[in-house]
Amino acid sequence: MAVDLSVSLCGIRLPNPTVLASGILGLTHGVLVRVACSGAGAVTTKSVSLAPRDGYPNPVIVEWGGGLINAVGLSNPGVEVMVDEIRAAKEQLAPLGVPVIASIFADTIYDFGTIARYVSEARPDLIEVNISCPNIDDQYLRMFAADPYVSAQVTRRVKANTDIPVLVKLSPNVTDILRIAEAVVEAGADGITAVNSLGPGLILDIETARPVLSHGTGGVSGPALRPIAVRCVYDICRTVDVPVIATGGITTARDAVEMILVGATAVGIGSAVYYRGLEVFREVCQGIQEYMERHGYRRVEDFRGRALEMMGHR
Amino acid sequence: MPLPQIVPIREIYVENRRVRTFVLDTALPEAQPGQFVMLWLPGVDEKPISIAYPSPLTLTVARVGPFSTALHRVREGERVGVRGPFGRGFHLQPDRPALLIGGGYGVAPLYFLAWHAVRQEIPTTVVMGARRANDLIYVDRFQALGVELVIATDDGSAGRQGTAVEAALEIARRDPPPVVYACGPEPMLVAVLHLCQKHGLPGQLSVERYMKCGFGICGQCSLDGMLVCLDGPVFSVEQLASLTEFGRFRRNPTGRRMPV
Repeated sequence: MAVDLSVSLCGIRLPNPTVLASGILGLTHGVLVRVACSGAGAVTTKSVSLAPRDGYPNPVIVEWGGGLINAVGLSNPGVEVMVDEIRAAKEQLAPLGVPVIASIFADTIYDFGTIARYVSEARPDLIEVNISCPNIDDQYLRMFAADPYVSAQVTRRVKANTDIPVLVKLSPNVTDILRIAEAVVEAGADGITAVNSLGPGLILDIETARPVLSHGTGGVSGPALRPIAVRCVYDICRTVDVPVIATGGITTARDAVEMILVGATAVGIGSAVYYRGLEVFREVCQGIQEYMERHGYRRVEDFRGRALEMMGHR
Repeated sequence: MPLPQIVPIREIYVENRRVRTFVLDTALPEAQPGQFVMLWLPGVDEKPISIAYPSPLTLTVARVGPFSTALHRVREGERVGVRGPFGRGFHLQPDRPALLIGGGYGVAPLYFLAWHAVRQEIPTTVVMGARRANDLIYVDRFQALGVELVIATDDGSAGRQGTAVEAALEIARRDPPPVVYACGPEPMLVAVLHLCQKHGLPGQLSVERYMKCGFGICGQCSLDGMLVCLDGPVFSVEQLASLTEFGRFRRNPTGRRMPV
């Protein structure tokens, strides 16, 4: 029996459900193409802003035992440069059928619209709106994703400035993620990516009594984040009816299946590139396929959200 | 090695007006020539530095920017952070003579390689280039290893006048043909690449790019689809010849392409 790993995300076909998460490797088309050739079903760029950003001094990412902690500071060459990178990635990935997701962020609600308009010129297959970076604070010293009203406003501005399907990336650092999910879907989000990194957290170098990261605090990702991410995706999928890219600590096929069982359409892979290398995409796909064969599923939809049924939500 | 290890600096040598060598109170016995460490000055920054010798860990750093300027102010006994070793280094070919070509402070990591080559009894020639006699470093150390040493300076104030690659030409033509190992400024590496291609010599070249994470997840040091921190910093002539960015573009901290 043939197993079909392809999924449809907001009308866009992915050859398999694994997605390179934003912030990992996605700075240049050369590396995006390499990740796609390593088996990713879609690739996401690093978050792009209107103006170039240097980011913070090093160290910006370290492994601390249970995962990674990072405060890169959203470094990127600015939308003018990234439009060319996205175009080049699109062109080279078209024959592989691997879609490109452009991650965008801005300092103000208004600028989210502007960056969405600019990035759309490169015709990415999807736009992911990063309102949830734990290391960058908005003008009110809060993360956009902490407030349902602000999250909805950002979503509306982005939607008004592009005809490309929009995913809104949510934060786990909220008391009630389902309210935020409802607000962005109500505001027109075509899908949700959940979740961004957790925290911020703090890791010290005890010899010098200083934080290891130059920024001090940083977002926690990797295995330590996974159970929280699963719960967030579960909360979102039982509340709203849009496709979800589940991201947060997925390193194995087992973790990916778990996310699909709580309702995810696709699975974002980020920190696992550190733990497993670029082979992680093929390994996860292989494992999902074996799981499907073992259970007699032919398509990913056949088991998507199965845990929601078991838990009485459908 | 996930978190930086904090170690005192045991000794500091002033090599010349721009270059100092730092001997750290730690050892990386498993490190390979051509690999690098991330050197952390808490409160300042962290940068990739090629290993000049692993036990004790020895790093030779030129003053080129804010980080290296701060590092040059550090005194013996003060502490720094180290992560690594990272990256893919040189692979000595035991059945062929070794031709090591170093430019400026790029000769320091070649010392580690020459030390291995001598230990494996590989006939080794080191060609080092510098602007003038005062800029030469590591001459005594290479002499103490007993390798054949050829010096070239731009102004002829030491050794022969000209570039290291020009000085290497004659050795490249020897029989049996050597394997070329190089570290230095990118224009020199491009010349080495052409030398290898012209004479059909295998070559391994150590490339430098701006790095952030140092272990293959941020993408900052990408060179076409390669990651200098993970796939490099040492690349083969064949790899480099297939890239569009080598010798042409590097990336600044934002990730924007700049001319080399």
